[in-house]
This record gives sequence, C-alpha cells and structure tokens, in this order.
Amino acid sequence: MKVVYERPESLLDVPFTYCPGCTHGIIHRMVADTLDDLGIRERTIGVSPVGCSVFAYEFFNCDMVAAAHGRAPAVATGIKRVHPDKIVFTYQGDGDLAAIGTAEIIHAAARGENITVIFANNVIYGMTGGQMAPTTLIGQKTDTTPYGRSVEANGHPIRVCELLSSLDGVAYLERVSTHDPKHVLKAQKAIKKAFQYQVDGKGFTLIELLSTCPSNWGMNPLDSLKWLEESMLPYYKPGVYKDIG
Amino acid sequence: MPFIKVRDDLCKGCKLCITFCPKQVIRMSDRLNPKGYYVAELFDKEGCTGCGICARMCPDVAISVYREDKKEVPA
Ligand SMILES: Cc1ncc(C[n+]2csc(CCOP(=O)(O)OP(=O)(O)O)c2C)c(N)n1
Ligand code: SF4
Repeated sequence: MKVVYERPESLLDVPFTYCPGCTHGIIHRMVADTLDDLGIRERTIGVSPVGCSVFAYEFFNCDMVAAAHGRAPAVATGIKRVHPDKIVFTYQGDGDLAAIGTAEIIHAAARGENITVIFANNVIYGMTGGQMAPTTLIGQKTDTTPYGRSVEANGHPIRVCELLSSLDGVAYLERVSTHDPKHVLKAQKAIKKAFQYQVDGKGFTLIELLSTCPSNWGMNPLDSLKWLEESMLPYYKPGVYKDIG
Repeated sequence: MPFIKVRDDLCKGCKLCITFCPKQVIRMSDRLNPKGYYVAELFDKEGCTGCGICARMCPDVAISVYREDKKEVPA
C-alpha cells in the first residue's frame, strides 16, 4: 500500500489559520499541487496580501513576501522584473484586489506583467469581520449593509474578470469555483495552466476563484458552499474570459 | 484495500470530506483534538476506493490517500 495523494511539498507542515470549512485552504492546496507538479517550487516567489490569507507566507514552502494592502501586483512586478527567471505569483482576496488594490491590478494587467494572480473572491471582507466589499452581491447582508446591499446606496458589484478582459496585456483570465469536487478539478486545471503560461513567458494571468467565508456569512461550511452555488454563480459566471492560447 | 488517514492535529471538523465522499464511508468521530474540534474518521475501510475526493475538498489538507496501484489522483 502506498500513499498516492498527500500534503504537497510546496506546503509547510503547519496548520492553516483559516476558519473551519473556509475554502482559502482548498485554493492553497491547488496552488501548492501546481508548484509541485510543474517542478517550479524552488524558483517560485509568492506575494501575500492583507486579509485572512496574509499568513500565506507561513504556509507555502517557497520564498514569500508580504505586501501592503492591495499592493501585491506592484510588489510582484518589481520582483519579476529583477528576477525574470523566477515564477512570481500573488494571492489576493476581493477586498485586497478589487477595493484598495484596484489601481495596482488594472495597471499590472495593462502592462502585461508576466505574473500569476490567484484571486479568492468571497464577496466580503473576511479578516476585518464581514464588511461589504466591492464584490458584495446586491441584497447581500454584511456588517456595513445590514439591510442588504442596494444599488442606490452602494453601487453595483465589480466583476473583475470581465473588467480586465478588455486589456491587451492580459494572456489568460478564467473564473472558477470551489463549491464541489467537479468545479475544484476545473479550478486545479486553470491554476496549472496559468502558471504554465508564466513559465512560457506568455504574460499576465489571473484566476478568480469563487470562495466561501462561512464565519462572516453566518453559515456553516456546507450551507456556505450551497449559497456560493445558488447566489454567486448567477452573477459571477464561471468561464474563460481571455486566453491568447 | 485503499484507505485514507485524517490527521487529527489538522482537522477542524468542517465535514466537507463527509459530504463529498461518494461512498459515504467517513464520519465524525467522538475524538476531540487539542484545538477542541471533533475530527473526521474513516469508519468503513472496505468501502473506501481511494478516489481522493475527500482529500481534494479538505480545506486543511489533513487527508492522505493510500492505494495499491500507481494511478494517481487526477490533477
Ligand atoms: C491600508 C489598510 N487599510 C485597511 C486595512 C484593514 N483591512 C485588513 S484586511 C481587509 C480586507 C480583507 O478582505 P479580503 O481581501 O476580501 O480578504 P479575506 O479576509 O476576505 O480573505 C481590510 C480592509 C489594512 N490592513 N490596511
Ligand atoms: S473570516 Fe472568512 S475568509 Fe477569513 S478565514 Fe474565516 S471563513 Fe475564511
């Protein structure tokens, strides 16, 4: 009997700090499996965000840098330009990437930086206790929208893949989900492809992963996955938004 | 016979493995880990096919999969 699937080498043997059932962990695993599979762990540098995944620098078994809130794509740009032979990725939440970091992500994409962005969209600010994010759905209750987000007061949710898809610098953009094994398998393929594009020097790649925040959504882990499928998928449609091939 | 091992120190008792196991051979144990979570366990060793779906869906990467053949869990 032999072990056929175990903790990837690209994860350190430390427990995650995420809440029970939080899909940040599933996404970390997929990134780590990819670094293992492509054999690039030793030349990879990751940039962690501000948000619950700030501690990504404690979890990944590769060089890691922590960036100021939203600035991960700018930090990654610097690293990649100084070390073009390294594989550079950012890991960012939606508060980090689509609120305070909107300028950085748009310009990194427009410049066509040869980096990979792993974007975990859980439609809320997790770490700070559940405030509205730019991605929060219309009608969704959060700490700062206790009666539900309204268009009049809060505007429309931002769809990051659609927004970035018009930029010429982008090589590959896909939105995937984490709510069941079938979608997780698809997500795994997308992440691998994005890193492969970077290895091949094709340009900017971003994978948006629809993710859960059971604690701040006020649901158990299973109901969170159901809510993701029923409420998030209709607005944030999975699919390939750009692929230069 | 294939089987899985769940690491008690990493499991947070979220039950995603139990939900997605196609053979329904995982359950909550009555063991508490030092963090205070009840941990999941394989209760029917005969039933496990080693498909690895539980491991892939485990947010805490607490599950390893053991099988005889060399075929890997599809990436
Ligand atoms: C400059 C600055 N502004 C605000 C904050 C407070 N803050 C910490 S995390 C966070 C939002 C994180 O949300 P998200 O990126 O969605 O990640 P999640 O925690 O949901 O994974 C904010 C606003 C900060 N740390 N630094
Ligand atoms: S607060 Fe939300 S995003 Fe943060 S670890 Fe907990 S469940 Fe995950």
